Amino acid sequence: MNSSVIVFPGSNCDRDIAVALEKLKFNNKMVWHKDTDLPKSDLIIVPGGFSFGDYLRSGAIAGKSNILNEVIKAANSGCLVLGICNGFQILTETGLLKGVLLRNKNLKFLGKDVRVKVTNTDNKFCNKYKKDQILRLNIAHNEGNYFTNKEHLKELEDKNLIPFKYCNENGDVNEENNPNGSLNNIAGIFNEKKNILGMMPHPERMLDKIISNDDGANLFNSLLN
Amino acid sequence: MKITSTVVEKHGLKSEEYSKIKEILGREPNLLELGIFSAMWNEHCSYKSSRIHLKNLPTKGKHVIQGPGENAGVIDIGDDDAIIFKIESHNHPSYIEPYQGAATGVGGILRDVFTMGARPIALLNSIHFGSPEHPKTKALLNGVVSGIGGYGNCIGIPTVAGETKFNTTYNENILVNAMAVGHANKNKIFYSKAKGTNKSVVYVGSKTGRDGIHGASMASAEFDENSADKRPTVQVGDPFTEKLLMEACLELMKDNSIISIQDMGAAGLTSSSVEMASKGELGVELDLDKVPCREENMTPYEMMLSESQERMLIILEDKKEKDAKKIFDKWDLDFVVIGKTTSDNNLTLKFKNKIVGEIPIDALASKAPVYDRKWSKTKLPERKTQIKDLKKVKLEDALIKILSSPNHTNKNWITDQFDQMVMTDTVQKSGSDSAIIRIHKKEKAIAVTVDSSANYCKAHPLTGGKQIVCENWRNLIAVGAKPIAITNCLNFGNPENSKVMGEFAECLLGIKEACEFLDYPVVSGNVSFYNGTNKKNIYPTPVIGGVGLITNVNNKINQYIQKEGNIILQIGKNFGQLSQSVFMEEVYSIKDGPPPEINLSNEKNNGLAVLNLINDKLLSSAHDVSSGGLLIALAEMTFGSNYGLKISKPKNLTNLMEYYFSEDQGRYLIEIKQDDLSKIKKTLDENNIFSEIIGTVQKDFFEISGEFKIKTNDLYKVNNTWYNNY
Repeated sequence: MNSSVIVFPGSNCDRDIAVALEKLKFNNKMVWHKDTDLPKSDLIIVPGGFSFGDYLRSGAIAGKSNILNEVIKAANSGCLVLGICNGFQILTETGLLKGVLLRNKNLKFLGKDVRVKVTNTDNKFCNKYKKDQILRLNIAHNEGNYFTNKEHLKELEDKNLIPFKYCNENGDVNEENNPNGSLNNIAGIFNEKKNILGMMPHPERMLDKIISNDDGANLFNSLLN
Repeated sequence: MKITSTVVEKHGLKSEEYSKIKEILGREPNLLELGIFSAMWNEHCSYKSSRIHLKNLPTKGKHVIQGPGENAGVIDIGDDDAIIFKIESHNHPSYIEPYQGAATGVGGILRDVFTMGARPIALLNSIHFGSPEHPKTKALLNGVVSGIGGYGNCIGIPTVAGETKFNTTYNENILVNAMAVGHANKNKIFYSKAKGTNKSVVYVGSKTGRDGIHGASMASAEFDENSADKRPTVQVGDPFTEKLLMEACLELMKDNSIISIQDMGAAGLTSSSVEMASKGELGVELDLDKVPCREENMTPYEMMLSESQERMLIILEDKKEKDAKKIFDKWDLDFVVIGKTTSDNNLTLKFKNKIVGEIPIDALASKAPVYDRKWSKTKLPERKTQIKDLKKVKLEDALIKILSSPNHTNKNWITDQFDQMVMTDTVQKSGSDSAIIRIHKKEKAIAVTVDSSANYCKAHPLTGGKQIVCENWRNLIAVGAKPIAITNCLNFGNPENSKVMGEFAECLLGIKEACEFLDYPVVSGNVSFYNGTNKKNIYPTPVIGGVGLITNVNNKINQYIQKEGNIILQIGKNFGQLSQSVFMEEVYSIKDGPPPEINLSNEKNNGLAVLNLINDKLLSSAHDVSSGGLLIALAEMTFGSNYGLKISKPKNLTNLMEYYFSEDQGRYLIEIKQDDLSKIKKTLDENNIFSEIIGTVQKDFFEISGEFKIKTNDLYKVNNTWYNNY
C-alpha cells in the first residue's frame, strides 16, 4: 500500500508515523508542505505536532498550505486520509471533516493514556478490531475537545460516523471518562463516505509492547487488509 | 554617555573590577564595551566565584568524550553512540515571569545539546517552590509547569522525569532547572572552538529583539522588592522556531561544512562570539549592520546584549555558504554572514562603517576575574530529638500524612501536562526511580533521573553533597542501568556571604568524593548563585542529573511489584536514624540533627550487587529507599501495580517509627521469586551485603502484620489528592 505523510514545519509526530508505516510494510513517502505534487497514494496521513507553532488556531495555517489542495482533491476522489491529533485539527480546518477542536475543558495540555472504545468496525480503518473493543491509547493535546452543531452531531451518531469514543476499562462512555470535554466522548470521526478519519489519540505510539502496548497496530493492519 | 560610578554599578560591576577593565584596555571603555564586560564578567558567565572549586570535580573517565567547558557533556555508550547532556538553571526569570522563564529555560538547554550535533531525546526538570500556602506559589507552579510543557510538547521532545518540591526557603526565589539529553554519532560531534582566520561567521535563527538585555546580569544579583520591574529582561520563548532551527542545524551537520557552532544563550551574541574566538585563540570581527533585527533602530549595545532566543552562531568552512543557506531557506530561517574570524585576538565591532568597540578577547575570557572567596565550614549538627520523648503517633496515620503531603504526593497533575511519549522511544515514563529512553531503532537504552536534597545539604553540606550523588546513582541502578556520568546544577545563595560560600565549597567536596568513589564523573553543569531575596539565602540546593546505560532494554525493571507470592528483600542496613527525615518534618515539624550518614563503600557494594541481580534477570522489581524511608518506599511499590504487600514486623524490636521511617542510605527493596531466595541470599552473603526479608506480595491490601491493613487502592487515592485539592 502506498502512503504519503504530509510534513509541515512544526510537525513532530512525522518520524513516529514513518517508523510505524515502515514497520508495517507500507510503501511510504514523506511530502514537504511546500510541494505541489502528491506522490501516488492509497493513504495520506496528516501527522501530529504543532504545525506552524499552532500560534494562530491549531491547524489553521497548515490548512491553507500548498499541498493541502492536492490532499483535498485526492480525498474527494476517494483516497484514504488519516489525520492524527494536529492532523485531525488540520482536516477540520480544510473542511474535509466538519466541526472544530476546542481547548480541553481543563484548559491544560493533556498527555496520558486513555481508554477508547471502537464503536464502528465496518470501515477501512477499523476492520481488524472487534466491535466495542476497548483500547488503551495515548493522547497528547491542548485542543481535543470536539465540538459541532446539533444537526451534524445527530448525523454522526445516526450514520455511525464515530468510530472511537473515550471510555473507562469497562467500556463505560460517560462524562467521568471524558478527558477533554469532547461532545459525546468523541475521540475520532469519519466523513460521510468513511474514507477520511480524524482522531485525537495516537495509534502510532501503540505498536510496541516494550514502549506501551500494541493496541494501535490493528488500525494499520485494517488499512492493509 | 559618560561612564560614571552609577553606570558601572548598574552594570553589576564592582569598582575594583572597573579599574581592572581600564587597566586592560589602557583607556576608559565606551558604554558598549562596558556592557560587554558586564555580560562576560558577571557570575553567570564567568564562574568567578565557583571556578576554583569546580576544578576539583572528577571530570574524566573511560566513557567521557567531553567534560565541562563545552556546550554540554558527551559520553560514549558503545558502538558509535554518544549521549550529550546538561542541566541548567532558569531561576530568576521563572520567578519574575514563570511561563516564559521556564519555557526559555527548556529552550536554552535544548540548544546546548543540539548545538553539539545531538538530536535531543529527553527532557527532565527539577523545580522547587516556596510553601504551598505562600500567596505566589500557586501561580508560579501553574506557570512553570505549563511553560516547561509548552516548550517541550511543541518542539516534540518527551519530558520524561523530574522532581517537584516545596519548601519555605524558596518563597521568594523558586528554582527551575531543566536538563536535556541528546543522542549523536560519536564521530559527528560539533564543538565551539573556532579554527582558521578569515572564516565566515554566520548568524542563523530568529531575529534579534530588545528582550533579555542584561538577563545574565540579572541572574547574578539578589532579588529585592523591585524585582518585578525586571520583567522586560526575561526572554520570550518560541518553540516552533527552535524546532525549525534544530532541524536545520541537524540537517547542516550531516555534511562537513561546520567548523564550530555555538548557541546564543546568556549574553547572546557577545558570549557566543567571544567563546568561539577565545577557544580558538583567534579574534572575531562583526559587522553589526548585518545582524537581523526584529525592531527598528537597535543600537550596537542592544544587539550585543540581547538574549533573544532561538539563535545560533556558526563558523563555516570556505565555500559552503550557498549550500548551507539553502537549508536555512527551506526552514524559513535567517542566515546571514555577519563577520569573520581574524588573527588579531580582538573582538572588533563595526557599525555604520565605524569601529564602535574593540576589546581583546582574553580580557573577556581568560582574564576575567576569579575569586577565592572566604568560606566557613559547617559543623555536623548534634542529634537532639529522641523519638521516645515525642508524643506517640500511629504508624498508619504517619504513613497517610506523608503520602498526602505536597512533597510526597503523586505528581500526575504535573506530568499529565507533558508529552512523555512523542518520539515513541519512552520505555519508562516518570514515576519510577528513573525514566528509560530507548536509543532509536536499537536494543540499548539510557536511564535518566534528577535528584536533590536541600534539607540534608543545609544540615551538613559535605554529607548532603555525597548523598545526592549516591541517591542519583541508586535511582539508575534500581531500573537496571549502569550509571555512567552526571551533570550538576548548583543552586546557592549569595557567594559574597562566607556561610553560603562554605555551603558551596563543602557540597562540592561531597559531590567530588562520591563521584570519585563511584566512578561517576561530572561532564557538564551550571552554577546559579545569588538565589535569595533581601539577604535571605535559599538552602544550598545542588541538583544532580544522572545518565545510565541499559545494554539490553528487555532487561529493564521498574519499582512496581509484579507477582503475588513474590518476596520483598531489603538490601542494606537500617540504623533507625530519623534526624532530618521526612517523618520528623511532616509529623512533628522538627528539622534538626545530622543528615543520614553516607558509607560510600556500602553504597557501591550494595548497588553493584543489585545491578548484577537485575542483569541476571533475578529481580521482578526494585526500588531505592530514600526520602520517607522504608514504609513510603514499600507503599510506592504498590502504586503502579495491581498488587498489595504483607509486611512482617521487625524481629529485633527497635522503635517502629525508627524502623519504618529512617532514611539510612544505600538501601534498596527488591522483589524476587520464592524459588530464587536461597540463591540470591547466598550471593548477597558472599559479597558481605546485608539483606533481610521484609514481606511478600499479596492481593489488594497493604498490610503490616499486627499494625494495620488498608486497601492499596485507598492508599493510592490518598497519594493522589493533594494537587487536585490545591
